[in-house]
Amino acid sequence: MGRESKKVDEETVADVHDLTVSYHIHPVLWDVDFQVPRGKLMAIVGPNGAGKSTLIKAMLGIIPSTTGWVKIFNEPYQKVRHRIGYVPQRGSVDWDFPTTAIDVVTMGRYGKIGWFRRPGKKDREISYTYLEKVGMQDFAQRQISQLSGGQQQRVFLARALAQEADIYFMDEPFAGVDVVTEKAIVNLLFELREQSKTVIVVHHDLQTVNEYFDWILLLNMRKIAIGNVDDTFNEENLRKTYGGKLAILSKAANAMTKGRVDGIID
Amino acid sequence: MELLTSNWWLFDEIGKYFLPEGSTRRWVMFGAILLGISSGVIGSFALLRKQSLLSDAMAHAALPGICLIYMLTGVKDPLLFLVGASITGLLGAIIVSEIPRHTRIKSDTAIGLVLSVFFAFGIVLLTVIQKNFGGNQAGLDAFLFGKAALLVRYDLYVIGTMCLLLIGITLLFYKEFKLLTFDRGFAITLGLPAKKLELCMTLLIVLAVMVGLQAVGVVLMVAMLIFPAAAARQWTDQLGRMIIIAAFVGGFAGVVGSFCSAIMSKVPTGPVMVVVCSTMLIFSMFFAPNRGLIPKWLRLRNNRQRIRRENILKSCYKTCEERENWKVIFTLKDFTTYFRFSNYATRQLLHYLVKKQRLVSFNGGWQLTPQGLDKAEQIIRKHRLWEVYLTEKMDIASDHVHRDAEDIEHALDDKTVQQLEEELQSPTQDPHGKSIPNVDFSRERKTT
Ligand SMILES: Nc1ncnc2c1ncn2[C@@H]1O[C@H](COP(=O)(O)OP(=O)(O)OP(=O)(O)O)[C@@H](O)[C@H]1O
Ligand SMILES: [Mg+2]
Repeated sequence: MGRESKKVDEETVADVHDLTVSYHIHPVLWDVDFQVPRGKLMAIVGPNGAGKSTLIKAMLGIIPSTTGWVKIFNEPYQKVRHRIGYVPQRGSVDWDFPTTAIDVVTMGRYGKIGWFRRPGKKDREISYTYLEKVGMQDFAQRQISQLSGGQQQRVFLARALAQEADIYFMDEPFAGVDVVTEKAIVNLLFELREQSKTVIVVHHDLQTVNEYFDWILLLNMRKIAIGNVDDTFNEENLRKTYGGKLAILSKAANAMTKGRVDGIID
Repeated sequence: MELLTSNWWLFDEIGKYFLPEGSTRRWVMFGAILLGISSGVIGSFALLRKQSLLSDAMAHAALPGICLIYMLTGVKDPLLFLVGASITGLLGAIIVSEIPRHTRIKSDTAIGLVLSVFFAFGIVLLTVIQKNFGGNQAGLDAFLFGKAALLVRYDLYVIGTMCLLLIGITLLFYKEFKLLTFDRGFAITLGLPAKKLELCMTLLIVLAVMVGLQAVGVVLMVAMLIFPAAAARQWTDQLGRMIIIAAFVGGFAGVVGSFCSAIMSKVPTGPVMVVVCSTMLIFSMFFAPNRGLIPKWLRLRNNRQRIRRENILKSCYKTCEERENWKVIFTLKDFTTYFRFSNYATRQLLHYLVKKQRLVSFNGGWQLTPQGLDKAEQIIRKHRLWEVYLTEKMDIASDHVHRDAEDIEHALDDKTVQQLEEELQSPTQDPHGKSIPNVDFSRERKTT
């Protein structure tokens, strides 16, 4: 990969190198660099608009990145898609879509089913098991718009579980979920970790970071810090992440946007 | 595909009676049905992808393409028209998607812009053709509102092939289209080529619009695409069924449209098809179970009536309880002054309660029957249990709980009531000191 290819130890499952992402011409992530070791439950923490969702989307190839590369299990993500599970932010889809809860979970099997074929009985059964796992079996045949926000979130989680992946990316799986459900979901995440799977979770509640996660990435337009929770999740890093609006970086972003518009920078 | 054959059958039946064997009308009907089915199928995706307006713009943008192709080649070939229309139609779609990306103009404005500019240009070209190409243009202005009767067998071969192609591709990629329409990001993580599939869907919409142009015309084509799908959406919450119903609505419109124009002279097929589709859409909006306006309104009304009846029983119970006399006779005036319902409404409610044996008419008044008393007790029980629950478990002041209980007493089911009672360990008094009726209590009272 050209320059200073860092020594990647075997246990690294996700390797992000010098990632810069822009919407149109407005940069929102700058030179992000980090590695995630295997079997960790990692929180991505940062204020609104910090680029957490953007980071996940760029890592999964949903949006293009301007520079840098991402490797998952030491391969470009295109090669290991069947080993990746994804829970998007709930607000990213139209819940009035004509489909049922079990149908949505079955979508998690589509990658395994392949082109042109319809989901079979076995896929339905597997999907149902995961719906049960998140406690939603009674709602299998419900139209998805008739589910509460927390229930919709659980359906999304079940869909990701149905992917039976080795690394999971979850964008705010706890948003709009009650305390009991949150604990149930966390237990599911612990279970995944025990199977030495890696879970990367965008998380907003700083109170529970210590309890739920063992690894953390602090992010605000750039990487602030990454490491195990005990060492990294400290006041100084939090202040760097949340304090001030990183005034200079925002200004630079705006200048760059303007520069591109005016044709100063290409 | 079953639908296709069933429509074939319908077509045969009608054909036997009304259309002479082998006539071109038969082919027109066949074409109209296929057209209806295919626009219903792909229209479902256009609707869910919120591309109704975009489809309209693409249909209008087809007109200059048709004119230009004619001016260039001087022949009227449906395949050539299809090519010309697709090129300008797609060009329109591309402009619509590019404008908001590079300017501050929002996409609805962009759609309006493309639609009117392309259409106006088409009309200008049409006039030019009229002036310079003489009588030959007669076929071209048919593209405005469609003229199915002018279709010849060759046109229908083209239409038929395109429709089958369209339906076939949609069935083949059904799963992928569905996922992409519902959750684009997730589809990409599974490795679906989102851009290509989206282009494919747009192309299919263009195709549906283009094959419909001769029969329905650029102005009305969007209705054929969207109405069957919108009507179908009212009847079901599952995409598969929605597509089948939409296909059926479209196919049915094809039958009616071509049939009307066959038996009545000068009645155009395309507009009739659109009228049929819109009628079915309006019917669905009003009458579809669940989503329809009238079933919704009926449910609301039934609930309101039930609540009123329950309130009447409850008020009887309370009066009896106060006077410690379970045989009080109530007059009509008692009810009307208490509830402020009209005389007529009150009589209706009372009539229903007598029919259900909750009340009996007695000396020109009404009295609770044992069943009525039971029912009233159930309601009172829910009300007072809920009041206890709110004050004891939720720490709400006792003078605040009555209103909440008024609402909940009509909604709690028996299982919840039982749980409530267990949790509160069968209380006997509500927070205002009134007794909470229970099964033993009522038996005791009835015997005295
Ligand atoms: N589709 C888009 N087009 C343009 N800008 C976008 C788009 N999506 C996000 N942005 C911008 O990118 C920045 C990062 O957004 P992102 O959604 O990644 O934030 P986030 O950290 O996930 O925030 P939240 O906590 O609110 O979910 C924000 O400033 C936002 O305005
Ligand atoms: Mg986000």
